[in-house]
Amino acid sequence: MRVLILAGGISPERDVSLKSGRRLSDHLSEAGVENEIREPDELLIDYLATTKPDLVWSVLHGAGGEDGSIQRLLEMLGVAYVGANSENAKSVWNKATAKTLVQNQNIQTPAWIALPKNTFKQLNAKSVLDVVSKNIGFPLITKPIEGGSAQGVNKSETAKELGKSMVEAYAYCDEVLIEKFIGGTELAITVADFGKGLEALPAVEIIADSGKFGYEERYIPGETTFYAPARLDPRISQKASETALKAHEILGLGVFGRIDLVIDQNNQPWFLEASVIPGLTETSLAPQAFTAAGWTLGDAYKAIAESAISHQSRR
Amino acid sequence: MNETNTGSITNFDYWKSAYAGRASNLSVSEVRALFAVVSRPEVVSLAGGMPDVSELPTEGINKAYESLLSTRRDLALQYGGGQGDAKLREQIVEIMALEGINGSAEDLVVTTGSQHGLDLIADLFIDQGDVVLLESPSYVGAVGIFRHKEAEMVHLHTDSEGLNPESLQQEISRLKAIGKKVKLLYLVPSFANPSGVTIPKHRREEILSICENEGVLIVEDNPYGQLYFDEVPPDAMRSMSEQHVVYLGSFSKILSPGLRVGYVLAPPAIREKLTLANESAILSPGMFGQMLVSEYLTVNDWKQQISNYRDIYKQKRDAAIEAIDKHLPGIETTRPKGGFFLWVTMPEGIDSKAMLPLAVSELVAYTPGTAFYGNGMGKNNLRVCFSHPSVERVSIGIQRLSTVINNQIELLKTFDAE
Repeated sequence: MRVLILAGGISPERDVSLKSGRRLSDHLSEAGVENEIREPDELLIDYLATTKPDLVWSVLHGAGGEDGSIQRLLEMLGVAYVGANSENAKSVWNKATAKTLVQNQNIQTPAWIALPKNTFKQLNAKSVLDVVSKNIGFPLITKPIEGGSAQGVNKSETAKELGKSMVEAYAYCDEVLIEKFIGGTELAITVADFGKGLEALPAVEIIADSGKFGYEERYIPGETTFYAPARLDPRISQKASETALKAHEILGLGVFGRIDLVIDQNNQPWFLEASVIPGLTETSLAPQAFTAAGWTLGDAYKAIAESAISHQSRR
Repeated sequence: MNETNTGSITNFDYWKSAYAGRASNLSVSEVRALFAVVSRPEVVSLAGGMPDVSELPTEGINKAYESLLSTRRDLALQYGGGQGDAKLREQIVEIMALEGINGSAEDLVVTTGSQHGLDLIADLFIDQGDVVLLESPSYVGAVGIFRHKEAEMVHLHTDSEGLNPESLQQEISRLKAIGKKVKLLYLVPSFANPSGVTIPKHRREEILSICENEGVLIVEDNPYGQLYFDEVPPDAMRSMSEQHVVYLGSFSKILSPGLRVGYVLAPPAIREKLTLANESAILSPGMFGQMLVSEYLTVNDWKQQISNYRDIYKQKRDAAIEAIDKHLPGIETTRPKGGFFLWVTMPEGIDSKAMLPLAVSELVAYTPGTAFYGNGMGKNNLRVCFSHPSVERVSIGIQRLSTVINNQIELLKTFDAE
């Protein structure tokens, strides 16, 4: 099996992507899987067409990696790849669409509104945000509707903070999701198919020292404490796993994806967002889940790669 | 009821509780992550202070390399002394003379870039809480070193002629009155990084006089002094005082930063300690880099090379200013007469750090203003470095930047978030 890892790209998450790519390459090599890392560039398509790798594992984050475009090209080239197909990736990449899809299948997700920047060209911003905050209620989370690694994500307690948070989120994307903040236990649940069907791996519980699981807290070792598996009553843990698995299936994330949830004070799970391309850096959530499930990372990645090839051949 | 899962715990830093207190001053930021995209060819980087090494003649480098290998190969591949290569130090004396400095090779210590020299100086002089005086804004690398050494950084009033001597005197008096130890004044007097401003001769004299009277050591960092466009800057402050100025020089801007060769000219007592500190930290500065620089200076017309650099950077400076005047007519900027940088002041309320992702998506990068302060100031400033992209790409970069700034102004107005 020969795996081509796509990493880097031009998104604000380039650094994370390069780190993920190098870690993935190391672990695949440990498991005896031939692999190479490439950047998406003007030579990539020709390279894929001539070298025909058995599998592409893209860890390209941000637009171009998670928005379904690279997946669509790979489909046209007939190359197997890891993760959601192009259509599903495109849906999930938009956080509001993902929330709508899971909510329609009776999974709870915090109340939200998605506002394109252009909305504010026509309507008075203060009036719009007043209506939003009165209807949804503070505290509010603002996030770019696309993108990951918590870049541009903020929590606002007041109208003044909300205005500032909107500006910061629009720096990443032309549409911003505003959602109700739900306090509780933050969980990341990785769902993967190692060849025997999809399974939810042990939930990873996240406790950031600063109280906010932002960019620094995600990628600086020592800034966040993780519990894997999460410190949950098994019944609650089971419920969270079922919710994550269901969300993964609804969203069609393929052989590998991650669902972020919060368990509220009444022990109810809420869907926050899904990751089409989960990070694989040394501090990322998915590798912790694999380890907690008893896998070595090399074996886990190899099994996922084989599973992805097998799924492709059945398509 | 079933037992709660306890789970394995990790924070990915087993040694978190073992670090020295000052290690907390070292942190990664989201901004640094955004800079990862700068290496992509689509992005016009106006961020890093990089020289345009593509303009260095390959033939000249080859000549130096071949000469070194044929004449001093074994020495270049060996350990050296902590003070640096003697021949190179003699050549540095000649370079410093261009800035009016009458120095001795005996008082020079070669370092791994002048950044390393500054680190050694800070190590020698700064105890926790000691005061370091800085321009407003000041060099980001200096801010980083002084923060790591746990100095108290005090930024002084700076205008179009650089550091204001009155402000210097007032601050020293104020700080001493409250029992502070004012140890160093760190300055980039010629074509400062990041402002591009040059301190005129009369101010240099006043600043020196104040520091002599108050017992404050001046650290003069001068990587850009030879890269003037319109007129030669005043002589270095070190030319006015041997005892009260420690002088930092570098080959990073006039030759190549990849070689990592800088130097410190210091009074003998300080020089001796710097040599010992150098030996303690790295045994000796890299001999190969030092000797390659030395050979380059020996076998090439390096003065002509610097002159070529002046012409190239002048064209780029002109392109940057012209583009700013055209695309950002209401925005205030410095108009440097040398060096690599423009300091842009945007309307109050704009946060250049928060704006950076927008810039990256427009395929342009800059350095946010807060990086150049130790106290959080500079939010509505940014540094434009025009030295590395081609003339055409400097113009394109500024044009993209104007789109970003104008969009940000519009957003701030929309959300009244100023």
